[in-house]
Amino acid sequence: MAISLVLNGRTVTLDVDPEMPLLWAIREAAGLTGTKFGCGQAQCGACTVHIEGAPVRSCSVPVSEAANRAVTTIEGVQGKVAQAVQAAWQKLDVVQCGYCQSGQIMSAVALLTSTPKPSDEDIDGAMQGNLCRCATYHRIRAAIHTAAKTLEA
Amino acid sequence: MQPGFRFALPQASRRDVLRAAAATGLIVGFQLPGRGAKLAVAAPADGVFRPNAFVRIAPDNSVTVLIKHLEMGQGTYTGLSTLVAEELDADWAQMRAEHAPADPLLYNNLMWGPAQGTGGSSSVANSFEQLRKAGAAARAMLVQAAAEKWGVPAAQVGVSKGIVSAGDRKATFGELAEAAATVTPPKDPPLKDPKSFTLVGQRLPRLDSVEKTTGKAVFAMDFTLPGALVAVVERPPVFGAKVKAFDATEAKKVPGVVDVVQIPRGVAVLATGFWAAKRGREALDVTWDQSGAEVRDSGTLLEIYRALGKTPGLPAWKDGDADGALAGAAKVVRAEYDFPYLAHTPMEPLNCVAKLAPDGSVDIWAGDQFQTGDQGNAAKLLGIKPDQVRIHTLYAGGSFGRRANPESDYIVEAVSIAKAIGGKAPVKLIWTREDDVTGGRYRPMYHHVMAAGLDAQGKLVAWKHRIVGQSILIGTPFEGMMVKGGIDATSVEGAANLPYAVPNVLVDVHNAQVGVPVLWWRSVGSTHNGFATEVFIDELAHAAGKDPYAFRRELLAKHPRHLAVLDLAAEKAGWGKPLPAGRARGIAVHESFNSVVAQVAEVSMQGGRLRVERVVCAVDCGLAVNPDVVRAQMEGGIGFGLGAALGEAITLAQGRVEQSNFHDYTPLRIDRMPDVEVHIVPSANPPTGVGEPGVPPIAPAVSNALFSLTGKRVRSLPFATQGVEV
Ligand code: FES
Ligand code: FES
Repeated sequence: MAISLVLNGRTVTLDVDPEMPLLWAIREAAGLTGTKFGCGQAQCGACTVHIEGAPVRSCSVPVSEAANRAVTTIEGVQGKVAQAVQAAWQKLDVVQCGYCQSGQIMSAVALLTSTPKPSDEDIDGAMQGNLCRCATYHRIRAAIHTAAKTLEA
Repeated sequence: MQPGFRFALPQASRRDVLRAAAATGLIVGFQLPGRGAKLAVAAPADGVFRPNAFVRIAPDNSVTVLIKHLEMGQGTYTGLSTLVAEELDADWAQMRAEHAPADPLLYNNLMWGPAQGTGGSSSVANSFEQLRKAGAAARAMLVQAAAEKWGVPAAQVGVSKGIVSAGDRKATFGELAEAAATVTPPKDPPLKDPKSFTLVGQRLPRLDSVEKTTGKAVFAMDFTLPGALVAVVERPPVFGAKVKAFDATEAKKVPGVVDVVQIPRGVAVLATGFWAAKRGREALDVTWDQSGAEVRDSGTLLEIYRALGKTPGLPAWKDGDADGALAGAAKVVRAEYDFPYLAHTPMEPLNCVAKLAPDGSVDIWAGDQFQTGDQGNAAKLLGIKPDQVRIHTLYAGGSFGRRANPESDYIVEAVSIAKAIGGKAPVKLIWTREDDVTGGRYRPMYHHVMAAGLDAQGKLVAWKHRIVGQSILIGTPFEGMMVKGGIDATSVEGAANLPYAVPNVLVDVHNAQVGVPVLWWRSVGSTHNGFATEVFIDELAHAAGKDPYAFRRELLAKHPRHLAVLDLAAEKAGWGKPLPAGRARGIAVHESFNSVVAQVAEVSMQGGRLRVERVVCAVDCGLAVNPDVVRAQMEGGIGFGLGAALGEAITLAQGRVEQSNFHDYTPLRIDRMPDVEVHIVPSANPPTGVGEPGVPPIAPAVSNALFSLTGKRVRSLPFATQGVEV
């Protein structure tokens, strides 16, 4: 079945099973592999994308739910907040294996968009769904604060 | 100290090292002495200068280091490139890294003999001199090329931050690449005095940060080939079961499913994409032959281990007369410790792309951690030679040991499937998270029995430590190297090299026979031996009425590195200074992979839940090539070890794994991550491991802190099963 979505600002039409999780439609049908598969059960956050700006676990949303809506992935995320987040991540060398980091960044961008000056508790709340098996959490927290400062300036 | 056991994998013989060095062109070469005379080699058509197997300098001025180890997060791209850049006097901004192809002679781990692989926290340690020489050779050749071009003596040519110069003449590496390619490699390029290092020891940005923060990094999971079929495998419900029969009728009706084939490990469903393959697998009907399978409960296994723990095992280290000294001791302390199976659960589930070529050879793309073993196993399966197995190593989304295993399980599965479909399409095998959690190769379950004696002055006079659990290496190709007299070095590392001064010691082992596949897991034997020894020594300090830090200090007089990290961690943590009410500290120190790490954990109870507030870590890893990467590895090791200590456990009910995904196998999340502070002991010694040594001390430090806070002694892991709310 053909499903259209606005993927990173471009309308794409994908010929996929409407029940297919958005994650696999993005990775395999649209060929954008920055969004990761980690658990398939909304448990790890590696697959986090934005639908109309809100963070969702794409492994647990059927592609049909994203039909005709704006889907943003790590490849397409942009704007002041995204830039600040990516710059902070690079400045503090947050990444280790990096596999979770697309999801971490998408969650962090969503957090800072809604809460420009998050407390540690805000960060814990917003980022708890994003596992990092390399446990880069200490730097993730620091990078979110750094990005918040950049945005304040 | 007991003889015969070294950490991790054995050191390579000098011959192996020489052989590898020869293969890199660093030792053997047609060098005409002194003047760097030209070889009769033409300039390469692409203008790229390849001075040796590790370095490529392109006309665009980029310097690419071929990385023989797997980048799985530990920072080896950055670490190994730093060594080359240092001796080359390159500018950090021009450095690039990529994985080397598989080659057991060119790219072997110098601590492992002629085998390429990544593990034992050995990447920088084994490459330290090799990659410096590779950089130094390249530098000498660039200098020679410049000298010839400018007609000046080589001695007048200098290099700094990627610029070659003599007087007012200047050239970039890229401009000299083509000419340098025709210069004879120097025989034994001089290395810098470490005192003059300008990049080693500095904070340099990781080479993989940008692509890993923009979604551009290509992990094996992201790699595919035109026409590739995605495969998922239905594996046995209990370890050791075999396919009796299967019915693929319904599976084949799922749109997108192309084929269903049996392989030695189970039944594979192949489809045009992952979703269809997974749906197909759900529709598959397999009956299993469970005769000979492991069907016991983990509780039953523990009872068996406890019974074994009451009988003498194989002695791994014997000094003096432990039983006699215990009998004569003024005070005897006994304790038992239990440890569950643990899964690695790297963030990127296992996967592999395999493509058979018409000539019978095969190409493999994977986050490959043990290229030489994987080449051998794939070759055996296909009846070809190992060098007909071409491995293309890609970034791995974590591993923690899982991707290197003696049977190359996930690699062999992918190749088996490609073979089963007659090579008609490339195969991309994907494990789901459930496959990963239930699929075995766990850190083994262990039971430890400890006893120690103190004399009337509280001095430690006897130490008995019995370890019961499966051997990781018996029955594998590593057995010959790493198992002596039935004692697997990985079972006793961290126990049979106890640093504390005790005159009478007995460490012994029982190798339990269980059909659950086991494997090394980040810091291997030290994951359990570090906990048992460091909690027990704490118990002894309390029994002796002494401060746990002071008690350790007294027993470590002959171990200056231990003392230094212990002192540094204690000082920075403010050991002995008052804390706010409701907080307490615990300390632990442990050596693994030739590095020594001490940690002080500060804990509190918040609303009845244990909370690790802060961890101060001190590490002696020799010379810290990239101090920020060292800090990152300590931070990550602490989070990894803490997650396991608080809540991770794989349990079995009638042989079936009871956990399946991250809702019931629970690594640490951000809300439980403590504040971490890392201090590196300044050292001029050669670098030692950092990927694993941050893990062992955290669990005992937290257990010791919890005791100090509440008087409750947690001896078994995870905490969540010991009446502690986490
Ligand atoms: S893959 Fe979607 S939350 Fe884990
Ligand atoms: S960086 Fe490896 S899982 Fe997060």
